[in-house]
Amino acid sequence: MYENNIISVKNLTKKFGDFTANDNLNFDVKKGEIFGFLGANGAGKTTAIKIFCGLSYPTSGEVKIAGYDIYKETEEIKRNIGYMSQRFSLYEDLTVKENIRFYARIYGLSKIEIKEKTDELLEKLNFTHALNKRIKDIPLGWKQKLAFSTAVFHNPEIVFLDEPTGGVDPITRRQFWDLIYEASENGITVFVTTHYMDEAEYCDRVSIMDAGKIEAIGKPEELMKHYDAKTMDAVFLKIAR
Amino acid sequence: MSKHSIIISNISKSYGNIKAVDDISLNVKKGELFGLIGSDGAGKTTLLRILTTLLLSDSGNAQIENFDVKNNYKNIRQIVGYMPGRFSLYEDLSVEENLNFFASIFNTTVAQNYDLIKDVYSYIEPFKKRRAGQLSGGMKQKLALSCALIHKPKVLFLDEPTTGVDAVSRKEFWGMLKNLQKKDITIMVSTPYMDEAGLCDRISLMQNGKFMETDTPENIINKFQKQIYSIKSKNKQKLIKDLRKYKQTYSANIFGQAIHYIDKRNNIKIDELKNHLKSENHIDIEIKAVKPNIEDCFIELMKKEQSAVTNQLKN
Amino acid sequence: MKQLFSFIKKEFYHILRDKRTMIILFGIPIIQILLFGYVITNELKNVKIAVLDLSKDNITSEIINKITSSGFFTLDKNIQSEKEIPQAFKQGKIREVIVFENDFAKKLQKENSADIQLIADASDANSANMIVNYTMGIITSYIYDINKTAHIPIRINTQERMIYNEELRDVYMFIPGTMAMILMLISAMMTSIAVAREKEIGTMEVLLVSPLKPIQILLGKVTPYLVLSFFISVIIIAIGNLVFKMPVLGSLTLLLAETMLFIFLALSLGILISTIAKTQQSAMMLSLFALLLPTILLSGFIFPIENMPKALQWFAALMPPKYFIIILKNIMIKGTGFAYVWKETLILAGMTVLFIGVSAKKFKIRLE
Repeated sequence: MYENNIISVKNLTKKFGDFTANDNLNFDVKKGEIFGFLGANGAGKTTAIKIFCGLSYPTSGEVKIAGYDIYKETEEIKRNIGYMSQRFSLYEDLTVKENIRFYARIYGLSKIEIKEKTDELLEKLNFTHALNKRIKDIPLGWKQKLAFSTAVFHNPEIVFLDEPTGGVDPITRRQFWDLIYEASENGITVFVTTHYMDEAEYCDRVSIMDAGKIEAIGKPEELMKHYDAKTMDAVFLKIAR
Repeated sequence: MSKHSIIISNISKSYGNIKAVDDISLNVKKGELFGLIGSDGAGKTTLLRILTTLLLSDSGNAQIENFDVKNNYKNIRQIVGYMPGRFSLYEDLSVEENLNFFASIFNTTVAQNYDLIKDVYSYIEPFKKRRAGQLSGGMKQKLALSCALIHKPKVLFLDEPTTGVDAVSRKEFWGMLKNLQKKDITIMVSTPYMDEAGLCDRISLMQNGKFMETDTPENIINKFQKQIYSIKSKNKQKLIKDLRKYKQTYSANIFGQAIHYIDKRNNIKIDELKNHLKSENHIDIEIKAVKPNIEDCFIELMKKEQSAVTNQLKN
Repeated sequence: MKQLFSFIKKEFYHILRDKRTMIILFGIPIIQILLFGYVITNELKNVKIAVLDLSKDNITSEIINKITSSGFFTLDKNIQSEKEIPQAFKQGKIREVIVFENDFAKKLQKENSADIQLIADASDANSANMIVNYTMGIITSYIYDINKTAHIPIRINTQERMIYNEELRDVYMFIPGTMAMILMLISAMMTSIAVAREKEIGTMEVLLVSPLKPIQILLGKVTPYLVLSFFISVIIIAIGNLVFKMPVLGSLTLLLAETMLFIFLALSLGILISTIAKTQQSAMMLSLFALLLPTILLSGFIFPIENMPKALQWFAALMPPKYFIIILKNIMIKGTGFAYVWKETLILAGMTVLFIGVSAKKFKIRLE
């Protein structure tokens, strides 16, 4: 089962007092898939991502991440995932090199490994000249690309991206998606939230959440056909209204 | 009386070495809905802060309704409404308390201007006893707009009012702006979302502190010289890679389900391209000519700017 | 006026709705007063001392008796020579050695004067100071009793310089100090944080782009804390009086008026800090390091100013709480009137005007 479904969610419910943040969620994500997790603010996306990352327990339901149980094996889960969000990604007062090294060391990479992979990464991103620059001194687009690269530096099974491209210019945004595609080709499963509806169409499959429930799930083109809409934006509007 | 509500002449503002706003000039007509389109760090916020008298520019000057932003800042503060980037609300006050507070600092009451905010406020009025901190992003946004409107401003400045807000709320929000426009309010709004550009009367595409282009959305699109082809195939990820390698490719960018492709040549032979893709083992190939959208224009303008900069560096 | 009123109302909502603020405002002062009160009064119980009595006459044994029967001290051992003193301390139990000189009683009779040496374990400077103070106090009261009946007043010289504290109650020292500290904390830190918070959440931008005048923003911020701080002062004075029997010998009205003056000063300092600090965190750090620590360390509240190096003494003279503590002690303990504290009052008033002036000048009508 783990062979195919790297994320498996069954009857996941999370309540805060009377408020049901996640209401009986059921879905699977396949290995190497780019999965778009869409929904309005307050629909319950962040709550679910926190559970998937092993940061909080559900009220009820069964969730397996990379084959590990989220109740008992949170340590294993954390070792096998990467995480990046728009709000928190890199330490502003550390240099590019220091940030990469810090994250790599957390995941127990050896010094030689780090050195090799750092050079390779910086070359790929065209960052070599910025190695010793502080994060606060480099442009936002670079920052986001670098943050993503550090999140997948340790070759995790899954990477969770929480609105990774907010406020980024259109060219950089596409370069960012190139990185996502590359990671997915290397077998990393990508789980991403976004407010840009065109980005929803870049995903292999998407789910749309509203008021704690998953209202629709499928390939973007299927959803557009099903809801008789030309864009994902229109699909989203039809569901959320 | 000038027919312009906002007049900007050669405004510049730097932080250290970074030119946040670089010699910008612009006139916005009364009652116009004007959009500043650009990503984070383009200089939108700095420009809006200069116009709302929160910052002084290093050089150049600007007038709002004939009041100078530097010398007549007190007059301007009476007549403008401003909604900063993060919806600035008191999260520990209720919806009602927030609104009453902002009404009172402008020496007015909610009742006096209810007509103006009704359209916006009616969405959140059922929750008026709720603390602002417990509202969803869309509701916070509407409350912030109500607060910015409560004193019936002549000019409304909105800094990224739709950022981080879901698509439904964004749509509703633009509907409200359109309605406000009918009530003789000049609106200047900034946004990083290119698809919102089409909803403005006129826009400026902003990058690195400069306006790359200022015009109506239609004109900007019409000015786009090159022909864009929307290309699809079964394997999108491979398609974009193959197109980038193709010798005739001027640019290939992913747009939703398809790739927006521009050829280097003026007379493109679609069959030739199709055959090339076939030879790369693509199936279900679909190529059709499409009209550019604002994002295509933005990317093209950015490319031009970047190559201009690289050329400058080379010389 | 309506603008200001609604601003103040809003500010009260912020304060009353935030549990943390309420705890800082009311919980901490009360706990601190009680804690200080009990810790300090309990500390000097059964402190172990040693006596080196080189005279061994009736007067020295009377003094020793008086000291050991006070309840503060217990006589751990009698030592025989000065050589034994270091060893006595090394054993660790003894915190003070009292040395009576040779022919103590005889000298008193002949010369009306004799010497006592008080040696305290200074590794804990603060309590050493206190122990010496207490011993001094007992000796002084002994002399006082004798002199009531004596023809010629006698004098006993002790080698430490002492702080005058006639009834051996440290509550008298710490209530004025704690009051100064708490008012500083609440007035200055809380206002500076409140202003910084508006900057942090971005509402300051909206307030600036409104017809509100800077003075209205400042008054709106300050007024609630002025009211609250005043209440808290009354609570502190009441607890001092009811729980620790701290008297208010002078005029209560004068006391409250001086307290108001000090609150004004602290608030103006808070505003000054808020013109510099951009975030709540930096407002707090600034308040702690620039206000609270100096209040505790340099106001004479814990460490006597007279014992400090000269440079620090000058520095201490710049600390507003120093003057407030002097005023409080004068009014509460000595029962003196305005005539005795006008100088300190004038200094405080001068500082307040200065701080308000500087912050009015520094308050920005724009973002930078």
